[in-house]
Amino acid sequence: MTARPVAAGLAIDNLSVVYDEFTAVDNVSIRVEPGQSFGIVGESGSGKSTILRAVCGLAPRTAGAVSLVAPPGDRTGALPAPGSREFRRRVQMVFQDPYGSLHPRQTIDRTLAEPLAIHRMGDAETRIERALDEVGLGKGFRFRYPHQLSGGQRQRVAIARALILEPQILLLDEPTSALDASVQAEVLNLLEEMRRRHGLTFVLVSHDLAVVTHMCERLMVMQRGRRVEELSADDLALSRVSDPYTQRLMVASRGFRRGGPEAA
Amino acid sequence: MSAVNAPSPGGWREWLMSDRPQSRRQAALGRAYGGWRTFSRNRLAMLGLAIVIALLLVALFANQLAPYSPYIGDLRTTRLLPPSAAHWFGTDDQGRDILSRIIHGSRITLFVVVLVAILAAPIGLVVGTVAGYSGGLIDAALMRITDIFLAFPRLILALAFVAALGPGIENAVIAIAITSWPPYARIARAETLTIRQADYIAAVQLMGASPWRIVLRHIMPLCVSSVIVRVTLDMAGIILTAAGLGFLGLGAQPPTPEWGAMIANGRLYVLDQWWVAAAPGAAIFLVSLAFNLLGDGLRDALDPKGVK
Repeated sequence: MTARPVAAGLAIDNLSVVYDEFTAVDNVSIRVEPGQSFGIVGESGSGKSTILRAVCGLAPRTAGAVSLVAPPGDRTGALPAPGSREFRRRVQMVFQDPYGSLHPRQTIDRTLAEPLAIHRMGDAETRIERALDEVGLGKGFRFRYPHQLSGGQRQRVAIARALILEPQILLLDEPTSALDASVQAEVLNLLEEMRRRHGLTFVLVSHDLAVVTHMCERLMVMQRGRRVEELSADDLALSRVSDPYTQRLMVASRGFRRGGPEAA
Repeated sequence: MSAVNAPSPGGWREWLMSDRPQSRRQAALGRAYGGWRTFSRNRLAMLGLAIVIALLLVALFANQLAPYSPYIGDLRTTRLLPPSAAHWFGTDDQGRDILSRIIHGSRITLFVVVLVAILAAPIGLVVGTVAGYSGGLIDAALMRITDIFLAFPRLILALAFVAALGPGIENAVIAIAITSWPPYARIARAETLTIRQADYIAAVQLMGASPWRIVLRHIMPLCVSSVIVRVTLDMAGIILTAAGLGFLGLGAQPPTPEWGAMIANGRLYVLDQWWVAAAPGAAIFLVSLAFNLLGDGLRDALDPKGVK
C-alpha cells in the first residue's frame, strides 16, 4: 500500500448517449480536478446516472470522450484508456440500491474476493479484512450473506468492494437515496472520510441538493440530458443561481411550505 | 434468532445457525442446514427422498438382495407361478423370479436417470445462460436450435435417434438426453434475462470480469437450483420414456431386466398372469412418484426467496 498513485481527475468531453431514438445524454462536458468532489444534480430521467454508466462502460458512448486527468506536475506517463483493465481498476462505482448491488448467493467474503481475483491482486486475506475494517464492519460480517445485513451495512459492503481495488475515482450513483435519514448521514460521513484518507476523486449523482451541497465543491445541474448550468457549492448555498430551472429546483428542495414558495 | 431458545444439548446447532459464521465452511454448512430444515418439514418430500435412497441401496446391493438369478429360470417347474412365499412377485414366462429381476432392474433405471441428468442438465444450463447473457445473434441462434428440439414430441424424437443409433440401453440414454435438454435451456435463459439486469452483475462487469467468468461464477449459480428442481421433476418422465423405449423393444434388450421391457413381456399374459406386468409397473410408478415428491420438496428448499 506504499506506492498508491496520487489522485487522478476525470474529463468528459462532449459526451452523448443515444438509445435508439432517445437521447439520454446530449453533448455534456465535465472536468473534475484530481481530488475534487463533483456533483451532478437533476430530476429523474435527466441522464445523470447515464453519465456515470457511460464513464465506466456500462452504457454505450455514442459520441464524445472520457479520459483521466493527471494531477498537476505529475509526469509519470500515459494514463489508461477507458475500457482497459487498468482504467477499470482506477474507476469504481457505488450503486444506488444496496439491496440489488450485492449477489444474493455470495457471502460478503466472496463479493470482496471477486474484484481481487479479476485483477489478480494478491494478499486477498489481509486486503478483505482491512477493507471491512475501514468501512466499520468487523470480522463477524465477513462470512454473512447479504440478506443477513441491513441496508446501511450492505451499502458499506458495496463501498468496501469499490475501495478494495484502491481506485482513484469513485462514481457514486445516489449512494444514500435508498437509505433512511440517520443511516444516510453515516454513509455520507464514511464516504467523506474515505475521500480524505485515500485522496479520492468523487463524482456524485443525486437528486438531493442538500446531499450535494454537503459533499461537493462544484456541481452541475442537468435537465433532459442537457447541462443547465455549472456552479460551486457556495453559489448554491447563497442562492447565486442564474438559471430559472435551478431556482425552481432549489425551491422544490426546501420542501412543501404552507402558504406557497413566496412565504419561504 | 430462534437459536437462543432452542433446546440443544450439543452446540452444533447454534454453530450451524450462527448469524456470525467464522469461516467459509461454517457459512456454507449453515446455509445447507437451513435448506435441509425447510426440506425436512415437508413430509411427502421426505417420503420421496426415502424411496430414492431405498432405490440407491437396492441397486447397490442387488447381488445380495436378489433371492434368485435375474437371468436364469427353470422352464419346467417355475414358469408363470403366481406370487407365493418362494417367489414374492411370482415368476415370468421364462421361469425367472420377478422380484430378482426388479431388484436388478433398479440398476438400469438408476443408470438411465443419472446419465440423462449428467448429460442433459449441463447442456441446457450452458446453452440457456450463454444465450440469455449474450443476447443478440448468439441468443437467436441458440434459441432457434432449442425450439427445433422442442417442436418434436420427445418419445418420437428419441425413437428416431434410437432407430438411427441402433437399439440398446446406452443409445436410449443418449436419445433421451438429446431430447430433454431444451426445457432446461429455456428455464436457464429466462432466469438469466432477469439476473443480467441486476446491479450486482453490473458491478462485476465494470470491474472488468470476462463474460465467461460472469456466466459461470455469477449467473449459473443462481440458475442451478431451478434447473435441479426441474430435472428432479422430469425424472419420472425420463424413467417412463426409458421404459417406453424398452416396451417398444428399442431400449434395453433381452434378457436385461429393464422394467419397461418386463411390462412389454407381461403384456401377453396380462389377463391370466397379471403379476408379470403388475410388479414392474408398480416399481416404475413408485420411483416416478418418489422423484416427483422429491422435486416438490427441493423447489421449496432451494427457492432463493424463501431462504431462512
